[in-house]
Amino acid sequence: MEMTVLSPGLLTTVQDLGRPGHRRQGVAPGGGMDAFALQVANLLVGNAAGAAALEFALTGPRLKFSDDALIALCGGEFGDLPDWRLVRVRAGGEISLEKCRSGCRGYLAVAGGFDVPRVLGGCGTDLRGGFGGHEGRALRAGDNLKVKPGALEAHTLRPDAALHHFVAPEIRPAYSRSPTVRVVRGTEAGEFSGKFFQHLFTIEAHSDRMGLRLAGPQLERRSKMGELISSLVAPGTIQVPPDGQPIVLMADAQTLGGYPKIAHAISVDLPLLAQLRPGDTVRFQEVALAEAHRLRLAREHTLAILREGLAGKLH
Amino acid sequence: MKITPLGDGALVVEVAEKIGDDALFHVQALVRELERNPLPGTIEIVPSFTTVAVFYDPAKIGGMDALRNELVARVPRTIPRRDKSVVREIIIPVCYGGDFGPDLTEVAAQAGLNKDTAIALHSGAKYRVHAVGFAPGFPYLAGLPEKLHIPRRATPRTRVPAGSVGIGGSQTGVYPLATPGGWQLIGRTPLRLFRPENETEPALLRPGDYVRFQPISKEEFAAWK
Repeated sequence: MEMTVLSPGLLTTVQDLGRPGHRRQGVAPGGGMDAFALQVANLLVGNAAGAAALEFALTGPRLKFSDDALIALCGGEFGDLPDWRLVRVRAGGEISLEKCRSGCRGYLAVAGGFDVPRVLGGCGTDLRGGFGGHEGRALRAGDNLKVKPGALEAHTLRPDAALHHFVAPEIRPAYSRSPTVRVVRGTEAGEFSGKFFQHLFTIEAHSDRMGLRLAGPQLERRSKMGELISSLVAPGTIQVPPDGQPIVLMADAQTLGGYPKIAHAISVDLPLLAQLRPGDTVRFQEVALAEAHRLRLAREHTLAILREGLAGKLH
Repeated sequence: MKITPLGDGALVVEVAEKIGDDALFHVQALVRELERNPLPGTIEIVPSFTTVAVFYDPAKIGGMDALRNELVARVPRTIPRRDKSVVREIIIPVCYGGDFGPDLTEVAAQAGLNKDTAIALHSGAKYRVHAVGFAPGFPYLAGLPEKLHIPRRATPRTRVPAGSVGIGGSQTGVYPLATPGGWQLIGRTPLRLFRPENETEPALLRPGDYVRFQPISKEEFAAWK
């Protein structure tokens, strides 16, 4: 089966769960910014949670499928496609995801997953490196993407399946245009005053897959300790450059950074950050590392239950 | 030695306080140890200038204390030594000046040299890779002769072609990919420093490598395979 891109939307890329293992060569882990939505979309169509799916931001694509297809849209709400549920599209049918109704990033999974080459252990697009995904770039009008045969096929699906298969709002992340994001302390947290936790920060326009730039009260380093030696950073790391306006590093961030690290957004709250648009606000709240781990394991447990539950219902 | 969390998925072990060969040996020794005898639940071991980051799966490490204790136990056991067998010297051919190095004239002028002397100085030195990162395959090289320490451009270029050889303050390096950049561009290499199709070693250079630049002509650049 093939999917044709009729209009590409903004920054529509093939993404999966990233390519760990190559940070030492300077390669970002990458992958879907909202990994929870990407995984749920895949599970809904009977794929492995980390299969290659589409990610798009603010303006989604218009797409056409050559055969009957099973799809699921998770994350932000786009177009008039029902989200967080299994949807059947007829051969030749078009779907329009252009208008973003909530959130920022949508994830569209197709039963079978996109058939793109695995590069350095991942199928996601590394835009800066120009490799992975579909020809190492964002999708353009006229692109044809092959879809692998799915474990679940439109014609073998129980006729009533689509009605039952959706993900209840209770288990979705608490998406909001002004979320409280939980963080653990960064190495240089002690060098800053408490402002970081007391104030709201606004998402700046020039935010992207590398990082969210925040505007708020200027964060001043108390001690004049001079420049730091660059060391590893990771998605979620919140750096404070000399201008005092923090940057939250995201999926495609550089591997090494030399700015002070005030905090790190915890893994389970990265989806909340991924769904923020320019102009939205965020507040930070400190939690203990043990709590971050507990939440992370609970999130994995949720996904495991979802996988089991869906597997039982779909076939 | 300090061990600090990098979010909820990694610990960073600081094995030295300043950049240099000692730090490089300490870092490499710890990386080798953690690769030979992997700790349970660790996913990725990543060296930097003075630190080693250990990425882990919290479900599989048997608790943070266990991982921390194991790391503490591993660090003192690793004795930095100069393991000559793993030291490589990589020659990077560079076509200096002209369109490939639009800032060479300016760099030479600021250094009080003529262009040929500046090229001879840059290509006569021996450099060492102290870290790879920032961008895919990007090497941080130490060893730039002091005369060539020229500040970055006031306004960064929006696009620096892949292979560009530049100077930024006390550093010199090669841009593996076309990216924005603020370094003074003095030449270009036909070598690819980042090869995503090479699954085992996508980056041409790795920490510890010695690097030399070898001047080549425009014709040699064009003919380079």
